[in-house]
Amino acid sequence: MEQQSRQAVPRLDSDFDRLNRDWYIDKAVQVLVFLGGISAIVFIIGIFVFITKEGFGFLVGDFNFREFFFSPNWRPTSENRETFGILALIAGTASVTGLAMLVAIPFSLGAAVFIAEFASGKTREFLKVTVELLAAIPSVVWGFIGLAMMNPLIIKTFNVPVGLNVLNAGIILGLMAAPIMTSIAEDALKAVPDRYREAAEAMGATRWQVIYKVVLPAAKNGLLGAVLLGVGRGFGETMAVLMATGHSINIPTSVFDSVRALTATIAAELGETAAGSSHYQALFTIGIFLFVVTFIINLLADLVVRGVRKG
Amino acid sequence: MFEATQLNRRNETTQKLFRLALGGMTGILILPVILILGTLIWKGAPVISFEFLFTGPTKGMTAGGIFPALLGTILLVLVALLASVPLGVAAAIYLSEYAPNNWFTRAINLAIINLAGVPSIVHALFGVGAFVIFFKFGTSILAASLTLAIMTLPVVIVATRESLQAVPEAFREACWNMGATRWQTIRRVVLPNAVTGILTGVILEVSRTAGETAPIMFTGAAFFLPLLPQSVFDQTMALSLHLFVVSTQVPNMPEQLPYGVALVLISLVLLMNSLSIALRMYLRGKKKW
Repeated sequence: MEQQSRQAVPRLDSDFDRLNRDWYIDKAVQVLVFLGGISAIVFIIGIFVFITKEGFGFLVGDFNFREFFFSPNWRPTSENRETFGILALIAGTASVTGLAMLVAIPFSLGAAVFIAEFASGKTREFLKVTVELLAAIPSVVWGFIGLAMMNPLIIKTFNVPVGLNVLNAGIILGLMAAPIMTSIAEDALKAVPDRYREAAEAMGATRWQVIYKVVLPAAKNGLLGAVLLGVGRGFGETMAVLMATGHSINIPTSVFDSVRALTATIAAELGETAAGSSHYQALFTIGIFLFVVTFIINLLADLVVRGVRKG
Repeated sequence: MFEATQLNRRNETTQKLFRLALGGMTGILILPVILILGTLIWKGAPVISFEFLFTGPTKGMTAGGIFPALLGTILLVLVALLASVPLGVAAAIYLSEYAPNNWFTRAINLAIINLAGVPSIVHALFGVGAFVIFFKFGTSILAASLTLAIMTLPVVIVATRESLQAVPEAFREACWNMGATRWQTIRRVVLPNAVTGILTGVILEVSRTAGETAPIMFTGAAFFLPLLPQSVFDQTMALSLHLFVVSTQVPNMPEQLPYGVALVLISLVLLMNSLSIALRMYLRGKKKW
């Protein structure tokens, strides 16, 4: 016994050193991963700070709340008097996003119900993978599709002079947003516990009755979250709307009017402005507006989805 | 025995009708895109050749290949990965292994959702304000890649966090009981079991990064460059921006060429995505617990 414990003493000592070192490494790692963890917050704040910094000169100078939000005249390079009204741009974004949602909401929710509740086995797996792949198609490719395929198709089908308009961009954006909305909605439906379905089926309800009376109400918030994220997606989409809307400043009266979106305006004009000019700063101010609106939409989506988890 | 009542039959019919309608909706969602992709392949495939992939554009971009753009996209993706993967994995480790369940963690999660939800053009503005102007990187591969890295950070974080959380709690507890520290547990037990899952996220990020256009337009990608980039402080061409340029900015463009560019870009993106999905399925099939 005595022999053993005497031998153990030096070993314990070195063990203690090792443990000590490990303890410090452990603490160091904890700090490092914490820094990684807060990076997302740092970046969100950073985005807001830097775009506000660049747009600040305009905000305290030429910015006029009424003109900015209620004038349809976006003439940042006018010789006589520059006007910075984004109403027409908001109308452009809203009309395209609105049409896109009309296309995407029914079909993506329908598809989500089909995939989650009806499809099974291989079909289900195939549909899920397809939807995921469709969601991955880059927006510039969608823009190209609008330009090269939808444009002639719309001109021919509706006999209109220009095919780059609200209809084109709306359909493109709808097809773009639908896969994302489908997979989020499908997740929400899958999150409804199976015992709800079993209970309803035990009462003699058919599949459809189970879905309509039990699953959909239970997944309501998740579905709303999916729709909100789709809206946010459409609102912020840049390349596809730049290429497919026709890019002319217009408050649309029909789906065949060309419009221009907020995002597309920045993308098209930032390269041509001198850093620090009021035009340049005004574009950053549009950026602030976009940031704030998408922030609110995402926050709402998060609150809504969180509501369902608590319930 | 039991006769089907009228109610039964009616329910049966409604059921079939709804199934059909929903299936139809799914089809309407997917079919046009399949058609579009088919057209893209049909019109783009004849353009693609060894020469198209490995030579530069000629005659004011109306002829020749896409090599500088292809190379530029690969460079942008690599530099973006170097920045975002370590950061994203660290963030995911924090969220999965350390973060307490409180308002602060909720704020981090909200920031991640927002980072993914902020419009790509706003990321571009941020890149211009922060990297190009403030940090004085100029319009360069570095500025563009960092912008892309921040934009796609949520992809890595979310995928990594999910694969870390999929490692059973019992594995960690067993390790702690042996006297291991938190970090030893993470390094020896949690990460090895999650590494394939993390890889799916990284590949997914490659696909996202390669396809983005708006964030690089003003931060480092150029319409046309006669020379290949020599360092990360040079500008570069990029495949996604090249598609935008050849389909909107160049007069007298032969109709086929943009289809070729689009096909290469979308093949690259979808290939990466399929790889990620395949890896995930393989992982699911292999899971021991």
